Order: sequence, then structure tokens, then C-alpha cells
Amino acid sequence: MTNGKPHIEFRDVCAFYGSKQVLRNVSFSVPRHSVIGVIGPANSGKTTLLKTINRTLDFIAGARFTGQVLVNGESVAGLRNPNELRRRIGMVFPLPVGLPLTVYENVAYAPRRRGITAKTELDEIVERCLRQAVLWDEVKDRLELLGTRLSGGQQQRLTLARALSLSPEILCLDEFSIAIDPVTTMRIEDVLRELRKSMTIVLVTNLVQQARRLADDTLFLWRGEVVELSPTDVVFSDKPKDKRTYDYVNGIFG
Amino acid sequence: MNAAAPTAPAIAADGESNPFAASQFEQRKVRRANRNKWITFAFCAVLVIPLVAILVDIFMKAAPVLSLHYLWDNPVNKGKAGGLWAPLAGTFYLVIGSLIFVAPIGICAAIYLNEYAREGWLNRIISITVTSLAGVPSIVHGLFGVGAFVLVMLPAINRVVADPNDRSTRWEAGLLTASLTIAVMNLPVVITSAREALGAVPQAFREACWNLGATRWQTIRTIVLPNSFSGILTGIILVVSRAAGETAPILFTGATYFKFVADSGWEKLFPYSIGEAFMAMSMHLYIISNQISQMPDVMKFGAAAVLIALILFINSFAIALRVWLRGRKRW
Repeated sequence: MTNGKPHIEFRDVCAFYGSKQVLRNVSFSVPRHSVIGVIGPANSGKTTLLKTINRTLDFIAGARFTGQVLVNGESVAGLRNPNELRRRIGMVFPLPVGLPLTVYENVAYAPRRRGITAKTELDEIVERCLRQAVLWDEVKDRLELLGTRLSGGQQQRLTLARALSLSPEILCLDEFSIAIDPVTTMRIEDVLRELRKSMTIVLVTNLVQQARRLADDTLFLWRGEVVELSPTDVVFSDKPKDKRTYDYVNGIFG
Repeated sequence: MNAAAPTAPAIAADGESNPFAASQFEQRKVRRANRNKWITFAFCAVLVIPLVAILVDIFMKAAPVLSLHYLWDNPVNKGKAGGLWAPLAGTFYLVIGSLIFVAPIGICAAIYLNEYAREGWLNRIISITVTSLAGVPSIVHGLFGVGAFVLVMLPAINRVVADPNDRSTRWEAGLLTASLTIAVMNLPVVITSAREALGAVPQAFREACWNLGATRWQTIRTIVLPNSFSGILTGIILVVSRAAGETAPILFTGATYFKFVADSGWEKLFPYSIGEAFMAMSMHLYIISNQISQMPDVMKFGAAAVLIALILFINSFAIALRVWLRGRKRW
């Protein structure tokens, strides 16, 4: 699998909403099967960063980006079928969204759209993904319940299960643990450590300690600019490359 | 604590220093709030009075003729006797015909405007057009129907289907042209209500599907439409009552004063062909109430009662459907 190329690469990416620039000349690369933590205060372009990777920026009126975003060395901007790209990238956004379908159908949604209809195969996918999202034990007896009827934290894990349903090669998590209790979060983090063997994980988080626990490299994004991209232990050490990183990580920003 | 206990009853006994007593200002405020509530209620009551008065008056005066025979029998002697079957059937097929045109076009237009179109000048122009179309008086729609469907579309159809030497094979203004006219009149209403229904589906659902690689159409088919179906349906049912009640659009586009309809057999259930003038409830009521001399009053009120009952029935069905579907809301 590893062909030397970085799995995800940003080259000089600028993103705009109308005339407002949210990403400024962002360049970095993520090696295959690694975990990159993205930290930074609100409004620094973290979510936009993810939306450029799977090109869901297309769906936002007035949004565009320049520069190159490469996945497997292939520019996403030139793709004929961005839906195929989106299927290879699992996305979890901070707001828990259970689709108004049953729990089972929530997870089976993407596989079905892809043409998988065999019941046994779907059953298998649903169970695997719900287990990976640490939700199986809570919902295994009520898979026919509406996804929207679950609690916020359960819906968040349902979103994660959905994102895993196509066995993506990249998993992007945007504040995935915001509605989930600390104990369950720890269990999901264990799963993520397991998953990184088979996928590259982009972990956007406001909890800097979560980045510290999981990420190999940590990227500090501030006002749309990459302040620093260093191995996580450097970012969280006393001497990161940039003074602002130290201030942010230690909560003395301002 | 010991010091506080004896003083408490003393305060309560003395009204002036009761800490919970309302000040004069607050009492005035409460009185005013109460008064305003009753004034607004009175206006609501005023709203109900005309409806109740109309209903009671019409149904009292229509009571002698109301029966199943009155609905099932054909009008006799220009409506002076007999029942209402011919106009009832006409209205029924008119409604069905207009729905065949208005429902698919309206829903597709709403889907395009709400799901595909980007904010921009084109979208704004279409929205303004839809709103303006909704404000056009129905008689103008009727005249448009004459111009577009009766004078332009029908000759074109006749060139294909009719025998040039036999006038009787030609299509005339009838169910087809009237249905199209009604459809044009109701189109903006259907588009607007369908857009509202589609817009009520949270954007987050769409984004979740797009992130899974679902196409826009897959998202619409699997998530958006199933969850806005109830709202779309309610909007369509509400235009049914408009289609049944309007006279002006069908006045020149196919409805006729009087037409003989078979009294039995299949011809009674399907009395009109689409290229043939037909009777309709609204038109019939208009004609018998002031165009025919010596019309018994009871027949006029009978027709009015049936038309009102029909429309109230359709509307309450729509409301009941909406309530029922709201209970089944899935988020």
C-alpha cells in the first residue's frame, strides 16, 4: 500500500466563503496510516480544511478554494466523480445527526447507495460499524428505533458508525467527542488506535489533550494559517517551534 | 433564626409591607394584559360569526332537498328540479385533471428551486414570478386559459386528431382546457407549499448524506422527499378545494351551462370526454342563482350547501392529515 507518497497533501491551499478568506496558503502532508491532530481556536478554518478534503465545500454557495489538495497524489479538484472520493473518506462533524431512518438503516445507508443489498452483508457491516463506534451494546436490541430518537451522544456515535460503514481509507473527525461522555470517549479512542492500522485519521479537536493522546503529528491552525506542524511530543513540549503554539496549548493565548 | 421567627407573622398581617403584594404599577400592568387578551379574543370571535352564520343560513334553507338522491340524480329542467350529479361529476374530473398537471410540475419545480438552484438572480426572478403568479386574479387566469389553451392549443390538437370534414370529431373547450387553466392557477400555490415542506427538512440531514457520498438525487429520494411528503400532500389537497370552488377560470375554458348526462350505466360514471364541455359545481351554482328565472330558492341553497360541504370536507381532511402526519414526525 505504502507507495512513498503522502496520503493527504495540501499545497498552498486558500479557501474563501464569498470574499472572506478562511484558509491562507495552507501546506502540509499526512503520511499513510498516521493520525494528525488539528488544533486551533474557533473560526480558524479547521472545519473548512476537512470540507476541502472531501470536496463538500462544493455544496456551500459562494465557497471555493485555490491551490491543490491531493489524496493519494491525485488532485481532488480535478475529480470527475467527487462522490467516489467522499465514499473513501469518512466524515464526522460536531453536530450529532441521526438520519430520520432506523438505526440499522442509518448505518446501511451508504452501503445501500453503493449497491450492496445482500442482507447478510449489510448485517455484518452494521454490526461491525456499531461495535467500532462503541454503540452496539446500547442499540443491538433496538436496531429498528429511529436514529433521531437516540440521545445526543448516541447519535454522535451513530454518525461515527455511518462514517465507517464504507471502510474508508481516511477518517476525518471534527470534534467527534463533544456530546460523548469521557468514559465512552476513551473507549472510542482505543478503537481509533486500532483503526489507524487500516486508515489515516485526521482528528480536529478543541480538546488539546485528545490530540496529545492520539496524534502522531499535530497541526496548529490559527486564523486560517498553519502556525506549526510538528510531531505531537514537540508541540506539547516546552519548546515547540512557534511561541504561539506553546501559548495556545498551555492556555495562555491572548 | 430565633430572632426572625416572631417578626414574620407581623409582616404578613400588615398588607402594606407584604413583600409579595403587587405594586400599583404591577396591578395596572396585569389589568391591561387581561384587557388586551379579551380584545384580541373578541376579534377572533368576530371572525367566526360570519362563517357560522353562512353555514347555518345555507344549510337551514337547503335542508328540504338534501339527500343522497340529490347528489346522485341529474339536474332536470335546467336545475329547477332533480339533483346535482352532472356538475358534481364534472367538478370531480376537473379536480383530478388539474392535479395530473399541477402535482408533478409543481413538485418538480419546488425540488429544483429548493434543492438544486443556487442563490442568484435567476433563482430570485423565478421566486418573484411564482409569488406574482399567485397574486394574479382568477379571471385573468381564465382569460389566459382562453388565449393559450382554447385558441392556440386546441386547434393544434385538432389538426392532428380531428377529421377536417367532420366538425363533430373536433375537440372543443372542455375538461382538458379547463384542467390546464386551473392547474396554471394553482401552480404557484403548490410550488410555494412544496418548497416550504422541503425547506423544513433540516439541512444537516442533506449534509450527512453528501458526506457519505450520496448524490443530490439520492439524498432527495431517500431523505428529503419521504420526510416532506406530508407537507407537500397537504398543500396539494388545499388546492383541490380551490379547483373545486373557482368559477372564473373555467367560465370560458370548458364549463357549460347545461349538458345532458346519461342517467345510468358507465356513461353516468364517466359522463364527459376530455374534449367536451362539462358542468361544474361552481359554474352550476352561478348559473342557477342568477341566470335562470323562476329558479326555486331551495335548489340554489342546495347547490351552495353541497359545494360548501365538499370544500369543508376536503379542507378538514387536509387538516386531519397534517395533524396525523405531524404526530409521526421523525425528528
